[in-house]
Amino acid sequence: AARGCGGVWRRAWQRGAGGPAFRGQRALACNVRGGAVPAGKSGLAPWVPVVGLEIHAQISSNSKLFSGSQVQFAAPPNSLVSFFDASLPGTLPVLNRRCVEAAVMTGLALNCTINKKSLFDRKHYFYADLPAGYQITQQRVPIAVNGSLSYSLCIDNKMSQMVTKTVRIKQIQLEQDSGKSLHDDTRSQTLVDLNRAGVGLMEVVMEPDMCCGEEAAAAVRELQLILQTLGSSQAVMAEGQLRVDANVSVHHPGEPYGVRTEVKNINSIRFLAKAVDYEIQRQIEELESGRTILNETRAFDSKLGCTVPMRDKEGKQDYRFMPEPNLPPLILYDAKSLPANMNHQQVVNIDWIHERLPDLPSVKRAKLVERYGILPEHSFTLLNEDGLTEFFEDVIKQTQMKPKKVIGWILKDLLSYLKQHSLTVKESPVSSFLLADLLNRLEEKEISSTAAKQVFAELWKGEGKTPLEIVKEKKLQLIQDQKDLEQICQAVIDGQENE
Amino acid sequence: QVSAALKEGRVAPTELCQRCLSLIKSTKFLNAYITVAEETALKQAEESEKRYRRGQPLGVLDGIPIAVKDNFNTAGIETTCASNMLKGYISPYNATVVQKLLDQGAVLLGKTNLDEFAMGSGSTDGVFGPVRNPWSYSRQYKEKYVPKSHSEDKDSNWVITGGSSGGSAAAVSSFTCFAALGSDTGGSTRNPAAHCGVVGLKPTYGLISRHGLIPLVNSMDVPGILTRCVDDAAIVLGLLAGHDPKDSTTIQDNFKPFELSNLTDVSKLSIGIPKEYHAPGLSSEILALWSKAADLFKNAGAKVIEVSLPHTRYSIVCYHVLCTAEVASNMARFDGLEYGHRSDMNKSTESMYAATRREGFNDVVRGRILSGNYFMLNQNYENYFIKAQKVRRLIANDFVKVFGSGVDILLTPTTLSDAVPYAEFIKEDNRTRSAQDDILTQAANMAGLPAINVPTALSERGLPVGLQFIGRSFQEKQLLTVAKWFEKQVKFPTIQLEEVKRHDHGVFQHQKSASF
Repeated sequence: AARGCGGVWRRAWQRGAGGPAFRGQRALACNVRGGAVPAGKSGLAPWVPVVGLEIHAQISSNSKLFSGSQVQFAAPPNSLVSFFDASLPGTLPVLNRRCVEAAVMTGLALNCTINKKSLFDRKHYFYADLPAGYQITQQRVPIAVNGSLSYSLCIDNKMSQMVTKTVRIKQIQLEQDSGKSLHDDTRSQTLVDLNRAGVGLMEVVMEPDMCCGEEAAAAVRELQLILQTLGSSQAVMAEGQLRVDANVSVHHPGEPYGVRTEVKNINSIRFLAKAVDYEIQRQIEELESGRTILNETRAFDSKLGCTVPMRDKEGKQDYRFMPEPNLPPLILYDAKSLPANMNHQQVVNIDWIHERLPDLPSVKRAKLVERYGILPEHSFTLLNEDGLTEFFEDVIKQTQMKPKKVIGWILKDLLSYLKQHSLTVKESPVSSFLLADLLNRLEEKEISSTAAKQVFAELWKGEGKTPLEIVKEKKLQLIQDQKDLEQICQAVIDGQENE
Repeated sequence: QVSAALKEGRVAPTELCQRCLSLIKSTKFLNAYITVAEETALKQAEESEKRYRRGQPLGVLDGIPIAVKDNFNTAGIETTCASNMLKGYISPYNATVVQKLLDQGAVLLGKTNLDEFAMGSGSTDGVFGPVRNPWSYSRQYKEKYVPKSHSEDKDSNWVITGGSSGGSAAAVSSFTCFAALGSDTGGSTRNPAAHCGVVGLKPTYGLISRHGLIPLVNSMDVPGILTRCVDDAAIVLGLLAGHDPKDSTTIQDNFKPFELSNLTDVSKLSIGIPKEYHAPGLSSEILALWSKAADLFKNAGAKVIEVSLPHTRYSIVCYHVLCTAEVASNMARFDGLEYGHRSDMNKSTESMYAATRREGFNDVVRGRILSGNYFMLNQNYENYFIKAQKVRRLIANDFVKVFGSGVDILLTPTTLSDAVPYAEFIKEDNRTRSAQDDILTQAANMAGLPAINVPTALSERGLPVGLQFIGRSFQEKQLLTVAKWFEKQVKFPTIQLEEVKRHDHGVFQHQKSASF
């Protein structure tokens, strides 16, 4: 789970003399939805930041949304382009069933109402990576609406207090991804790769119920986990499978919402938090200096850690939305509305999908807490780290140590080592077998816990030694013999007396 | 008939193909063809011949020379839409309807001329020049023709084919092929069929696949069928209709090809005469012919009643809004990036796009794009596009009401007059002409209904005049049955063209007797 907002704002407070003191108490503000920060020393009116998100998740499917060409990351340029993707005249879209199912699954997991009838539209603009001159999307009636996503964050650095927040999901819509254009300024040319053009996307629109970078990051992290659990999207941000745009504005309590800016080009969850927080602060500073906020699109520069105005493409765009005439309305069924004689293979049945949804992260966490008696915040960390839950459960199976004690080793020792060395769980040099073995020795009181930590450090080197071998080598065994202990103690006491 | 001849070995597919190709050459002045695929056609004919020799023809259409309007994709053969934008464009795939014809063994002679991107009602506004109506050179027309002055150029009195599928209509009319594909969005198959004296069928929307037909208005376009008799149209329809997974707007129901029965008793039929189709500008000649046809049905025992389609007069304006909006959208893909014409302008992507589109499109296309974008602007969408959709619904409901009240078929004129001379036609601009000429055919596209032009008689000027039948959705069988009966009654005369006579060694003679 993410740490609370406190960190960022305290730093901000320290930055400039005369900076509004209230920022240090930022953490309080976030806990009350929409609640304002108390007025600071300088007596300036408090600010309420408002953050909404538009998230594009690439659907995990074999073929694209409206054509049969393959979906694959990092293939040779223009090798996965069908006639339709290249917008050859006369080609027509044919809807991919798997993409519809992915969107329905996601909608159900986010507590949305699934629209039994949804429509497709064309959104027009000219750009090199949009071969048809329009994108097929769902502007009028999307496939799912009015859902919610619950996420948790820690409100202090100790990770001992977690609070659950909810963000409303406005809608989920199916739409086409665009191709990629690479600008080669040295040769004054633009290179266009259409492999990605036409890949299915789910756009998830989150209402502006968040108020800082940490909340945004936590919400996106939870969404990412849900998508990965469902399998509807692999949601790997680094591969462009999950893209987040943030809408940020600030206003005084009781006043209408301020002008918002859109922040794009955010490539990781960490950068999302930074970008949002930077933008909030930038807007506050602008407004407090008497300037105004422009309704513009800004890009996050990860190197500088700030947002910059994006090259203004064409002013305010009029997308000239029009119904997509080549696709009839998308009709979905449920158990009640399914006609008796219809082959269930031919249609998408919402109830059928609902019955087969896997356990969502929140359910998985609850089960972990219940089954193993660990703390809720522990379950968050377990799920947040790819493969960690499986590792934990594997260790449990192979050791007598109680889960409540094992969890400490997993979260404090294993995880911190992994983080230090930037490794994933899969890459861990210490396998669950080895760790379980070590923990067993600890349980058997063959070694002390201090010694165990030393052994763990040795195991980490990955030299292939077993815990037993390391213990023998380093002479870390606990002395079991009473007489030996007495002798040692006496020796120490004698030594002390001499000083 | 010619199919029977092929089967019986009286004529060979290669011979038939050669005759058609040489007739195309002698009628080159008609400018009906943009591309003649001589080599591939002969190869196809040879393959067909082999099959006939083995006694295994693929079907009725095996070895039959056909032509296809140049807005259908044909793999390996240039597809231009009569536009600079696609000059030299060789598509990598066949339109579904083209593929179906080829799979039946048909011999594709070439691609026919049209108005650029099918926008127009004269087949005069393509970059390859206008199509000339074969009847301009018929004995029937020449006999009746009175020159306006002695100094008038002999060649200047030729008349238009109508459009936008003028090339296909001319090709069928001049006997250079036995069937042709056109497209119909506002009357583009029926209008030239009427002016060229051939059968022009607009099927129900959703019956025949549009995959591979370069779209004008996706929600109204249909592939059209042009033939010399109704029976032929029924045959071609049978081979083309049916669900296509590549076209999501085709209906799922199984289509059963039918054979047309010879209707003898029309007493159970109810023919509707929509009074609004007595449109301003309708020539007295056609009005009289329409009336005569109504009487024909009445005298044969059918019930003939006047009906009303009150929203007919709004259809042109409604069409204008919806058509231009879809055009603006459909033409957005022509940017020179992936295919087609690309301008040399390379200062920036935007300037390249702008120059490419200015160079590639003619004024008609550009005008419609500008209008369409205007109607789709956020601030205008509600007042124009949405309103037009509502009016469209009203127009469609007019038909529903009339057909629901017991009327089986509607009988209307197809065009306001016979074909006008080119010199006169071009005095008005494309938009004006389209608005005038589409009035009788347009509403059927709005409502998605099947409609057919049946050549009826010659005008005083010796030019063909046709009448239109409009049927219920997906009731092509009934529509064509009635059309066939009517065709039999009127006995429309065969065109008397010098060129055709020269090439006729008894093959076309067959054709001639069939259409009586």
